[in-house]
Amino acid sequence: MQLTLGPIPFFWPKEQILAFYECLQDQPVERIYIGETICSKRREMRTQDWLDLAQMLGEQGKEVVLSTLTLIEAESELKQLKRLCAQGQFLVEANDMGAVQLLSQQHVPFVTGSAINIYNGRSLRRLQQAGMQRWNLPVELSQNSLRDTLSQAKELTKQALPEVEILAYGYLPLAYAARCFTARHRNLAKDDCGFCCIEYPQGIPLTSQNGESLFIMNGIQTMSAKRFDLLDQVSTMRDIGVDALRISPTQTDMSGVIARFHQAITEPQSMTTNAQHINLVDADSHCNGYWFGQPGMDQRAIELNE
Amino acid sequence: MRREFYGYFTPIFDLYQLFILSFEFYKLISNNYLAVFATNRNNIDSNQPQSTHLSIQCAFFNFEINHMELVCPAGNIPALKAAVEAGADAVYIGFKDDTNARSFAGLNFSGTKANKAVQLAHSKGTKLFVAINTFPQAQRWQTWQYAADQAADLGVDAIIAADIAVLDYISERHPNINLHLSVQGSATNREALAFYEQQFGIRRAVLPRVLSMAQLSHLSKTSPVELEVFGFGSLCIMAEGRCYLSSYLTDQSPNTGGVCSPAKDVEWVSTDQGQDTYLNGVLIDRFQAHEKAGYPTLCKGRFQAGEHTYHALEEPTSLNTLNLLPDLMQMGISAIKIEGRQRSPAYIAQVADIWRQAIDNASQGIKQQPKHWNNSLAALSEGHQTTLGAYHRPWQ
Repeated sequence: MQLTLGPIPFFWPKEQILAFYECLQDQPVERIYIGETICSKRREMRTQDWLDLAQMLGEQGKEVVLSTLTLIEAESELKQLKRLCAQGQFLVEANDMGAVQLLSQQHVPFVTGSAINIYNGRSLRRLQQAGMQRWNLPVELSQNSLRDTLSQAKELTKQALPEVEILAYGYLPLAYAARCFTARHRNLAKDDCGFCCIEYPQGIPLTSQNGESLFIMNGIQTMSAKRFDLLDQVSTMRDIGVDALRISPTQTDMSGVIARFHQAITEPQSMTTNAQHINLVDADSHCNGYWFGQPGMDQRAIELNE
Repeated sequence: MRREFYGYFTPIFDLYQLFILSFEFYKLISNNYLAVFATNRNNIDSNQPQSTHLSIQCAFFNFEINHMELVCPAGNIPALKAAVEAGADAVYIGFKDDTNARSFAGLNFSGTKANKAVQLAHSKGTKLFVAINTFPQAQRWQTWQYAADQAADLGVDAIIAADIAVLDYISERHPNINLHLSVQGSATNREALAFYEQQFGIRRAVLPRVLSMAQLSHLSKTSPVELEVFGFGSLCIMAEGRCYLSSYLTDQSPNTGGVCSPAKDVEWVSTDQGQDTYLNGVLIDRFQAHEKAGYPTLCKGRFQAGEHTYHALEEPTSLNTLNLLPDLMQMGISAIKIEGRQRSPAYIAQVADIWRQAIDNASQGIKQQPKHWNNSLAALSEGHQTTLGAYHRPWQ
């Protein structure tokens, strides 16, 4: 089972981005997804900067995947997407069907992100035909749905299944809009946003009027306020046939999170993993509902390994 | 198959084409446009959207009529009748299950009702579309397959679908049915549209409500398929098909359950100050006594961000693009969609009637619209407010 790191969802200064990746050199993540997936106006890192970073990480022995923008509207965004899809050196993660089209046209294998809607085995096989070699489960689907999707796909053809990746830790990406909620929060027009989301390196928390944490506003994206965390589900995921676990970057304790997941993968019987985990998890800040077919915000009690 | 309405200069008309042309000529003559010399189909370029353009070359001037379709919703037979009578070019419906994105109790069409709907619509020359636009999970794939077969058997004019498996199945099993990509398919650029066109032969796409007018105008020039846009009704502010907010708070989303902020999870609680609204136990909004408590659609609640409590995502408001209609027509947008299969027949009659007149006026080049149209539409809207939404860049 591979441990991967998703793209940074927030807008961080260039130095911070580079420093973040520099620290990963000795971390046990095998694959790293990089690139701007939320807003094309975030240009601390230009396309060339991302490509240079990809080169550097590649030289350090990491598998590098270039992750593409999720909501593509403007011609300039399409142009940028084309450049990433045509670079030929690194694998690309398609987060919009436009990217799927460009990559399949060039007969280049690709990964699909969780915003590509694959809800059943037939869709899985159809995108595999188009060149998809790995897919990320849509965030709202459960383990049962994943099992059914894989067995339906197996019934359809005998071909090997594409690799399965699952978001196992981080804030859930829940929605994308034309509107920038961060600019709106600052009473700024999107066209005149002043790139203000750089001031919110963990987004803007949104709570209900009685104080319940609900969402995080991150530019045009809405995320869950709770961290999705499937640390105690690693063996279940392995049994289902999951090939890779994704950690979505946040500002806090990345190396701790990576270490815990690494241990859960390599030493499945380790009780320390569970003990540490139980101390960390509480229903106010963590959630795992989607995995169990419940509302995403729910937190079901941690399962202990025997 | 798409019907080629107009050939070049020496067309061989079938009766239907003759009827359409006669009608267009009648409209022209009744508007004092004389000396019509020839008709031809506009835009030979095969990359152009395949809408039914009619270009009339006259002795003194050239002008163009875009036959823009008015596509109205219906959740039951009376609503369908109302839409047809008000002059809808097409009506869209869904079956009585979660194969469509308005899976509400007491709404939609069983097999026999759907059959009646097709007969009713076709008897008046109105098209009937069926939305099968949710995302089936493997366990229940048969239900979606059955819905597709049923729609094909009914002889509907188009199926509106979003899921790749559903599109794949229909294009393989029922290749003669017009496929429209649902707004839930979430295609916002020409490459995404090209994917669905090349893989499944979609004829039309309903666009998510996220594009500005400038972006839409550009897309209309390069799209490989006809474009349908939302004109009026409830406003989804997120890119449709890629919003999981509802299943985060409840156990259903438009993709999985065909419903957003499901009624089964709604609670209205009276307080000393007024009324609170909850969705699955989450406080969505708090109303003072003088405020009218609205339905707790989760993206339209008042939340706290920093020191402020406000409609952080969107106000309770409806989309109304009546003022943009002449521009949309000029772009060659093929159809205007009215949202609201959950609405009453009276609502649909009123909205469809205004939009019918507006489209007819705009197609005759009349730009002025009576003020009372917008007022009437506002009165029918959520919170009595309307917005141009993402079409209007400052909204974004």
